[in-house]
Amino acid sequence: MALTGIQIYKLLPKDNCGECGVPTCLAFAMSLAAGKAELAACPRVSEEAKAELADASAPPIGVVEIGTGERKLKIGGETVLFRHEKTFLNPPGIAVLVTDEMADEEVAGRLERFKTLEYERVGLTLRADLVAVKSVSNDAGKFEALAAKVKNETDAGIVLMTEDPSVMEACLKACADRKPVIYAATKENVDQMAGMAKDSGCPLAVKGNGLDEVAELTTKLTEDGLKNLIIDSGTRAIRKALEDQVFIRRGALLKKYKPLGFPTITLPCEMTDDFMQETLIASMFVAKYGGIIVLSDLQGHSLFPLLLARMNIYTDPQRPMATSPGIYEIGGPNEDSPVLVSCNFSLTYFIVSGEIESSRVPAWLVIVDTEGLSVLTAWAAGKFVGDAVGISLKKCGIMDKVRHKKVVIPGYAAAISGDLEEELGDWEVLVGPRESAHIPAYLKEWSA
Amino acid sequence: MAFEIPKISYNGAIKEIPLGKEASRMIVGGETCYPFYLFEGDMPRPPKIAMEVYDAPPDDWPQAALEPFADVLQDPAAWAQKCVASYGAEMIALQLASTDPNTQDTPAEQAVEVTKKVAAAIEVPLIVWGSANLEKDTQVLKMIAEECAGENLILGPVEEGSYKALGAASLAYQHTIGASTPIDVNLAKQLNILLGNLGVPDERILVDPTVGSLGYGLEYCYSVMERDRMAALTQEDERLQFPIVCNLAKEVWKIKESKISEEEAPLLGDPSKRGVLLEAMTALLLLLAGADILIMRHPDAVQLIRGFVNELIAN
Ligand code: B12
Ligand code: SF4
Repeated sequence: MALTGIQIYKLLPKDNCGECGVPTCLAFAMSLAAGKAELAACPRVSEEAKAELADASAPPIGVVEIGTGERKLKIGGETVLFRHEKTFLNPPGIAVLVTDEMADEEVAGRLERFKTLEYERVGLTLRADLVAVKSVSNDAGKFEALAAKVKNETDAGIVLMTEDPSVMEACLKACADRKPVIYAATKENVDQMAGMAKDSGCPLAVKGNGLDEVAELTTKLTEDGLKNLIIDSGTRAIRKALEDQVFIRRGALLKKYKPLGFPTITLPCEMTDDFMQETLIASMFVAKYGGIIVLSDLQGHSLFPLLLARMNIYTDPQRPMATSPGIYEIGGPNEDSPVLVSCNFSLTYFIVSGEIESSRVPAWLVIVDTEGLSVLTAWAAGKFVGDAVGISLKKCGIMDKVRHKKVVIPGYAAAISGDLEEELGDWEVLVGPRESAHIPAYLKEWSA
Repeated sequence: MAFEIPKISYNGAIKEIPLGKEASRMIVGGETCYPFYLFEGDMPRPPKIAMEVYDAPPDDWPQAALEPFADVLQDPAAWAQKCVASYGAEMIALQLASTDPNTQDTPAEQAVEVTKKVAAAIEVPLIVWGSANLEKDTQVLKMIAEECAGENLILGPVEEGSYKALGAASLAYQHTIGASTPIDVNLAKQLNILLGNLGVPDERILVDPTVGSLGYGLEYCYSVMERDRMAALTQEDERLQFPIVCNLAKEVWKIKESKISEEEAPLLGDPSKRGVLLEAMTALLLLLAGADILIMRHPDAVQLIRGFVNELIAN
């Protein structure tokens, strides 16, 4: 996997010309090894060295791109087994299944939910990514019509599901420009599917009966020059499917076993008939290494928790997401509007500002720098305490913006009110509700 | 070349902790591999589910969570019996929420009464959990330890600030300790060391790493538990080799998204199924990170998780 600085140094020109931005080749090599520089910054490096470095530094798990434009999805490229070791990088693509034997309303409902079910959270938009289009009838015309419908009505990345090469071929022609996943190459059809993947440049999913068969297929395909591969181990039993995911990830990372160095596709929709259980299976694959997760349907009550799980597991564990401290004006506040104070943990900020907004009471929200910690965590760490909050309030300029002298603190931080009052002099400290869900009711009662 | 499955060798094991009354003894722990990695180790006992019972009728639960218990909310003993008889609860977790000085501030004597009634009503092990107010918990749990001698309760949260008083009481009256620290491997280890120094035997300690809900800090808890298991199983960190208890239901059911109606948030779908899935998904992720005991609320979530665990250990 990663080369050391010294190994990289041996391949550099050793001119020490400094054009890369650091004074010596050795320093540049060290930066490269630490992932802090790009090889392209050195204009003098030879083509051979480039090739060698690219090969040696190729990620143990390939990155595969699906779809086009804004909705392009990147999966794979993971480098660790446990998220705390570094971070999980590319969140799995969540797909909804439609088949060519589903009633039109069924298909329409799923596509409609695919388009409308999206959620704002921590400044991000959470939503499903892909539509999996499956041929059940084995009728090329029907399959193509369905795929065209999905393509025309959504901007989704697409997974085309049929093991019949002739059915796949017709359909692929119609939507290759969307860069869909071809699912799946098997022992029986591998040559034809490989041909189509090559011609179209689309990623190819490989379905084997167990990991040995998968490895045989991917080895053959890689020798054929195909790189954009995705693995389906074929297993549909929960326990075994979990094992397969672990084996694939470990094989790629611990053994540098190239034939399994690809992202995976998982199919909870084929693992149970119980929609609630299916959603749980999907969350297992979020935690344990799924690259694409295909669901039988999307419902608000199932998709929302799953998207939260995906966001949580793929959050960078080293750095809490933080908002910049300062004064936030919500709903056009004036000099009589309430002043609320909170911490700069992004999650807290977005939740609290959302509640203030939905109260329709214009307000000032002062965000104190707590180094990205939540209210209680920051309080326990001594960062959301009376004097610190008081100093921030005085410094930020809020006192010149309002005529009243009242500030609302979070209910969980009630303990700081005495110290804060002391720090603020003639200001009154009001203890707000504990849960932000109660902020709207509270603000409606508030009067300066 | 055939693919050789890369296995990890473990050199530690999670301790086995006996819980409950003599006659209906239950053991938790004993794992010799990461959670459900049964291809390279053992999980001799599947994780257990404890169902919640409250010492006073809750006033902030959504309809979906209240409904199954509508007939027993006033009577913790009947509530506990219903959980065991109707929903197959393997343990009961009595939440002494009303003792919280920030809410009803009910006296310790009342908590003792409730605990006695619930303990007498069930055979399964009983967890008794305070309101996480250090002073009040110390007072309440200490009195419960004395008054319920011999019941082999699991008492928590026992924190750094209360371990001396509560450790000694548990030792004297034969209870098990829920050693609670805020989401930090080193703090967890430290408290286990302190309890050991106090003379609390290993088979009387469970670890509560404190957990947050899905979407509200879960990721931190998930990783701390994974690291905890890593230290216990691969680095022979003897003071972390304890079963983990996750008090998750009260975290999940307090978040906005488990309460809000479909009219207010149409994109969030059916509120009762949503609440159940939020709880079950939080539970499943914690299981995958290393939970041995889950404290849960909704019968449907309990059933989903039980079914899932059976799948994960199925041959
Ligand atoms: C995740 C977590 C962490 C993460 C940090 C996450 C982060 N970015 O903050 C980590 C693992 C790093 C952590 C560390 C610590 N933690 Co911590 N942590 C938690 C946990 C599990 C969830 C916190 C969270 O994310 N909440 C979600 C956010 C959105 O909540 P919030 O900011 O409070 O906002 C809500 C309300 O306060 C309200 N609100 C917010 N602002 C405002 C403003 C107004 C005006 C109003 C009205 C309302 C309002 O709205 C929000 C939604 O309802 C809690 C336990 C729990 N289950 O809650 C413990 C907890 C907060 N941690 C705790 C402690 C002690 C610590 C440590 C000090 C431990 C230690 N000694 O190392 C450290 C301190 C960190 C440091 N030294 O750097 C304790 C605090 C105990 C106490 N009562 O004082 C808790 C409660 C755990 C416990 N029971 O012991 N923690
Ligand atoms: S630009 Fe290239 S040759 Fe010049 S110092 Fe940097 S690494 Fe060396």
